[in-house]
Amino acid sequence: MEWDFLLVQALSGLASASSLFIIASGLTIVFGVTRIVNFAHGSFYMLGAYMAVTIVPWLLELDRSPTMFFVGVLASAVAVGLLGVAMELLLLRRIYRVPELFQLLATFGVVLIVQDVVSMIWGPVEIPGPRAPGLRHAVYIFDQRFPAYELFLIAVGPAVLALLWLLMHRTRFGVLIRAATQDREMVGALGVNQAMLFTGTLFLGAALAGLGGALQIPRVSASSHMDLSIIVEAFVVTVIGGMGSVPGAFLAAMLIGQLQAFGVLVFPKITLVLAFLLMAVVLVVKPWGLLGRPEAASGRAVLPEGILDPHPLGRAGRLLAAAAVVAVLALPLFDAYTVKVGTEVLILALAAFSLNFLVGNGGIVSFGHAAYFGLGAYGAGLLVVKAGLPMEPALIAAPIAGGAAAALFGFFVVRLSGIYLAMLTLAFAQIAYAIVFQWVEVTGGDNGLVGVWPSSWAASREAYHYLTAVLTLGAIIFLRRVIHAPFGATLRAARDSAARADAVGIDVRTHRWLGFTLAGAAAGLAGGLYAFSKGSIDPTLLGIPMSVDFLSMILLGGIQSVMGPVAGAAAFHAVKDFFMPLTDYWRLLLGLSIIAMVLVFPRGLAGAFVSRRRGAS
Amino acid sequence: MTRFTLSRRALGGAALVALARPGVAQGAPIRIGELNSYARMAAFAVPYRNAMQLAQDQVNAAGGVMGGRHIEFVFRDDGSTPGDAVRVAEELLTRENVAFLAGTYLSNVGLAVSDFANQRKRLFLATEPLTDAITMAQGNRYTFRVRPGTYMQTRMLVESLRGKTAKRWAIVAPNYDYGQSAAANFKRLLPEAIPGAEIVAEQFPALGRVDAGATVGALSQARPDGIFNVLFGPDLTAFVREGNTRGLFERRTVASLLTGEPEYMIPLGEETPEGWIVTGYPVEQIEAPPAHKAFIEAYRGRFNDMPRLGSLLGYVTVQIVANMLNQARSAETEAMVDALADLRTDTVVGPVTMRGLDHQSTLGAWVGETTLRGRAGAMKNPRFADGADYMFSEAEVRAARRSA
Repeated sequence: MEWDFLLVQALSGLASASSLFIIASGLTIVFGVTRIVNFAHGSFYMLGAYMAVTIVPWLLELDRSPTMFFVGVLASAVAVGLLGVAMELLLLRRIYRVPELFQLLATFGVVLIVQDVVSMIWGPVEIPGPRAPGLRHAVYIFDQRFPAYELFLIAVGPAVLALLWLLMHRTRFGVLIRAATQDREMVGALGVNQAMLFTGTLFLGAALAGLGGALQIPRVSASSHMDLSIIVEAFVVTVIGGMGSVPGAFLAAMLIGQLQAFGVLVFPKITLVLAFLLMAVVLVVKPWGLLGRPEAASGRAVLPEGILDPHPLGRAGRLLAAAAVVAVLALPLFDAYTVKVGTEVLILALAAFSLNFLVGNGGIVSFGHAAYFGLGAYGAGLLVVKAGLPMEPALIAAPIAGGAAAALFGFFVVRLSGIYLAMLTLAFAQIAYAIVFQWVEVTGGDNGLVGVWPSSWAASREAYHYLTAVLTLGAIIFLRRVIHAPFGATLRAARDSAARADAVGIDVRTHRWLGFTLAGAAAGLAGGLYAFSKGSIDPTLLGIPMSVDFLSMILLGGIQSVMGPVAGAAAFHAVKDFFMPLTDYWRLLLGLSIIAMVLVFPRGLAGAFVSRRRGAS
Repeated sequence: MTRFTLSRRALGGAALVALARPGVAQGAPIRIGELNSYARMAAFAVPYRNAMQLAQDQVNAAGGVMGGRHIEFVFRDDGSTPGDAVRVAEELLTRENVAFLAGTYLSNVGLAVSDFANQRKRLFLATEPLTDAITMAQGNRYTFRVRPGTYMQTRMLVESLRGKTAKRWAIVAPNYDYGQSAAANFKRLLPEAIPGAEIVAEQFPALGRVDAGATVGALSQARPDGIFNVLFGPDLTAFVREGNTRGLFERRTVASLLTGEPEYMIPLGEETPEGWIVTGYPVEQIEAPPAHKAFIEAYRGRFNDMPRLGSLLGYVTVQIVANMLNQARSAETEAMVDALADLRTDTVVGPVTMRGLDHQSTLGAWVGETTLRGRAGAMKNPRFADGADYMFSEAEVRAARRSA
């Protein structure tokens, strides 16, 4: 290959890297200060692009000059920044005191709402933006042509980095951001107005996302799928760089941009997984990212989020559980569709319960739990479709497949903690997703495989419902027993203070690893049951949306409660099933329901149940 | 004991539901369950649904089907995942008592619903999913597809390359089933159209996340004479802009799937490249047959917008459905399936036959060249390629369909 081509390819990589950095810098600043994993950051990016394709052409009508173009871009960024402020004031401010994970759920609700609001306002068709006046042409670099606008983008990244550096080191606001990133409690204790600080940070973060989106309009059209495609990549960049570190994000963006530009030359299908491979490697080698620091609070005694005291069920709890079991068994008295939905709720309840076994009981926040669910489904499905085995052995294989994958990934995962652990689970889930997606000969690729139906004795909806009920309830009761057993208590001890648990002679890593494997096996069983209830398997079972659904379920149910996730799964699935047939805008209603539940029941449904009981007694 | 009673009552309940199936009540409308990605793929699905509603109202105004019964579509979002879609399909069959299922957009969703329909022995008319598998390796008795699949569309395009001189070809396709199988079909068909042609580069960017700069760089480095493009939607816009600026398409033959469809052509606007050979739907140039013209006028009159390709597909689907019901004289699954096989329907684009061998309709597509008219893209010299000429050979179908 000629070196002038390599140079131009490197420049392409730099242009992508620069764009990515602008977006990721906003995410990392918001996380550093507020500790919120802001899923809505991608929505701000998308809104930036939509604002720009609306504002910029209007300004260009007045005067077709580069100045007007950039005025329009900056105006879009500011407008998006103000939307960030609105989100902080209306939503986040009300939930700073609830568990951090809950804020993640709220921002996910915002994602759903923005998706539908965008298609209501701007319509479903993608909208191309105008090219930048004065930067439409290509520049000759030796005998290769390169877009002038991308040369400009290459310069914008470092400029934003420099401006952020000045802001961080030369202004009081910036000093406070840095201080809060290092130690939020201390900043509060010193009398800093945290509300103002948080609002300002959200403005800055959202405006950077908006700027990133607005700057893209000469290259890509604004479309309603932009948000999710960028958010994951932005997360990867912030994590590789170290959460909260702006220079780290810059470094990581450069790395990913170059890897992408040259990776496609060698492996044309690499883009699906490359960033996640890099993230997994970085986190295994450097657990806090390239330029990140260990969390300051990690050595301090903080009240853990999760199951504190798994006391046995009270009378009301026992009545409720009995009523739920009776309802499950009585479902076939209603119509066939209710049975179908009931079967799905049972399966999702087991998946959610196994996730909360990790999150609530073990403090291991997994963002990639769908991987074990999906691999369980594939383990079972492949045996049926490829090996011709019947349902029964396939259902035994499902938890083995899920558990084996969890054992493999968990070996690396349990070495980390907090948000980095969560992101490593996400990376592994995406790697598993990419393998299933790409290995067409075996897995059927993204089309998946069909023909995963139950044996004839379990073929009817009712019989399969009872089979599912026996297996899921059995697994849930078993996992609940484990939570109450010394093993469960050991996991809680490791969660509350790994150092002290270690001091009393607990092998923290091995216990967490075993717990991770057990939860993976339970999720695998749920996945196997799901495959047979649908008749098909496909990569969406391992996808990020599925993992987010599971997280939503346990958060809605309440991660402090042992049985809450079951209620959360039922509530989440029922809400979705209720809204989906009603309107095309069901995502909007689902998002509003999630936010309403977050605001009304900030400790989940189970938390609300418990505090009602306490209030009554 | 309790359990036993429960399941007996359950069986009773199931029997009641079975009795309540359509076809029993004379004169009641025939309900059709239409599930599609109305939320996530609204750009396609909303014009499609509009045309279906238009067609449904026209059929009913003209006296309905089977001697006076109305048809009624029940529209549902399929959630864009197989899991959601199968649940929705179940809801349509059990709660809405639809006679059969139609629709779906994504291939994995279409395949899952197709297998579900096969399992439940209910008819499924897959309208949009493009994967070849749905009529070939994974085809079944109860599934029929309306739109020309990936193979047919690629073949239409490759036929138009006959006589071109480009020998070195590069492929760019989204990294999922549609892109991969279009690329595989292209590789297979190209040597027949251009003897001695070879593939010198392949790029498979992730769907919706094309890194246009890196992709264009990699393609131009291979110095191809021709480019086969399968990108569409936002990926296509980004690719075309980058390629235009960097001169990727200059003095090169470009063949591009679906680019001529209004859905994808409109966003290209003044960036529309000149002289690409594309499949599509030149809706503003349609003059014949008169029924097609009338459809366009009726659609514009009711929705104040030009029909998209999705609209045409929706309208043709309803025409096939009405014809099938008239032929079957019943809304029972087996009667409908038998009626559909080799059913010839006079649609607004001419006769369309549902080939009984592979359950693929002979609906065609337009092939032409892109050009810029004013500040909008258009198709130049469009010709209608009748799908019947581009289908899989009978021997291939027999080899692929085990159950057929």
